[in-house]
Amino acid sequence: MCLAIPAKVLSVEPDDMAVVTVENVRKRISTALLDVVAVGDYLLIHVGYALHKLSEEEAAHTLSLMAEAGILQEELDEISGDAPCVT
Amino acid sequence: MRYITEFRDRALAENLAGRIRRAVQPDRAYHFMEFCGGHTHAIFRYGVQDLMPPNVHFVHGPGCPVCVLPVRRLDDAIELAEKHGVILCTYGDMMRVPGTGRRSLIKAKADGADIRMVYSTLDALKIARENPDRQVVFFAIGFETTTPPTAVAIKMAQAERLTNFTVFCNHVLTPAAIEHVLDAPDGPAQIDGFLGPSHVSAVIGSHPYEAAAQKYQKPVVIAGFEPLDVMQSVLMLIGQVNAGRAEVENQYTRVVTRFGNRKAQALVAEVFTLRDRFEWRGLGSVPQSALQIRDNFADFDAERRFAASQKQSREVKSCECPAVLRGAKKPIECKLFGAVCTPDNPMGACMVSSEGACAAYFSYGRQRAPKDAA
Repeated sequence: MCLAIPAKVLSVEPDDMAVVTVENVRKRISTALLDVVAVGDYLLIHVGYALHKLSEEEAAHTLSLMAEAGILQEELDEISGDAPCVT
Repeated sequence: MRYITEFRDRALAENLAGRIRRAVQPDRAYHFMEFCGGHTHAIFRYGVQDLMPPNVHFVHGPGCPVCVLPVRRLDDAIELAEKHGVILCTYGDMMRVPGTGRRSLIKAKADGADIRMVYSTLDALKIARENPDRQVVFFAIGFETTTPPTAVAIKMAQAERLTNFTVFCNHVLTPAAIEHVLDAPDGPAQIDGFLGPSHVSAVIGSHPYEAAAQKYQKPVVIAGFEPLDVMQSVLMLIGQVNAGRAEVENQYTRVVTRFGNRKAQALVAEVFTLRDRFEWRGLGSVPQSALQIRDNFADFDAERRFAASQKQSREVKSCECPAVLRGAKKPIECKLFGAVCTPDNPMGACMVSSEGACAAYFSYGRQRAPKDAA
């Protein structure tokens, strides 16, 4: 299943890009759909783009539910480029 | 078959189930369409249907982007790769969908076409930069969640003068599909309300559903993806039905606001405009239900750069995917289901996509006589 996954901003780069991390996976993503993004923000990532900002609690809550449902690994594989999906 | 996942907080789920049982009026049936394939999977994965009273039914909706793309558009994409020799970049879940004659992107790739799976439009842009002598086409599919990333890619390509990059645009719109399902004469016999999609609504907000809710007098509750969200949303829908209300309510307030992500909406409006009509698998030709690339971005429109041939496209015979997408049939009512059509050997898109209703039935063991088959 291909949901959006929460990730934490490690660094903000030029041209609306940022490096985020989730469960020890790092990914360069676009922040072109958000207004202001800062290091330490939690973002909801879908197909390489941040859709929405989340609180730390909400990000942790979502990740734990995804892990429990067994879909966290699928999502991590996807953002690592192994099994890309769209929805 | 996978095992149904246990709720982390079983007590909370049972508490909600009890409230739902007490809320329903026994002499009334409640048919709720979950529009989004993500909700279909949450319902199956957690066995939510089994926690419902017998008069609460889920009707599975068309919110699976891979599923609603008609065969003709897939055939056109295969043709782009095979006849025009482009590098075709696609999201992975399109790869195994059978087109006419059961030809898929993965078969075309095996036969030598240059088809590449990408995670993001950013990857497609990178491929275009690295292959300046080749034409690179991004096969864009999806609902409102996936459209803004395509808009950003087109704007980046324009800014970089990336003249070998185009987009084959198949983006579709959720509110138009909801209205069409309610209008369709051969749709589900009854829909009493909708569970609205989570991440689509994060982008467009909750207000685009208000017109349909009022016009058709059907309540809409925008629901989060977790099973407890779905149950809470069902309870809210039951409350509305019992009170004779037809409003848009938002259960997923953690992420969804009334007006959504305005920056994303502005980017989409800048790059895309409405098509007069668009063909959907299952729903047929739906007016103002899809987007096309605006004239000022015409250089990035694959449909204008490459002429698609006339062809006779057709579904696999006997595949009930179209009726399943309308909510008119359950997957188990298809004679191919589970026999010749399985996730390993899919005959139709609804069995390919992890978001498809057939894949959900198959994966979570709903092969026969579920109580929701009524």
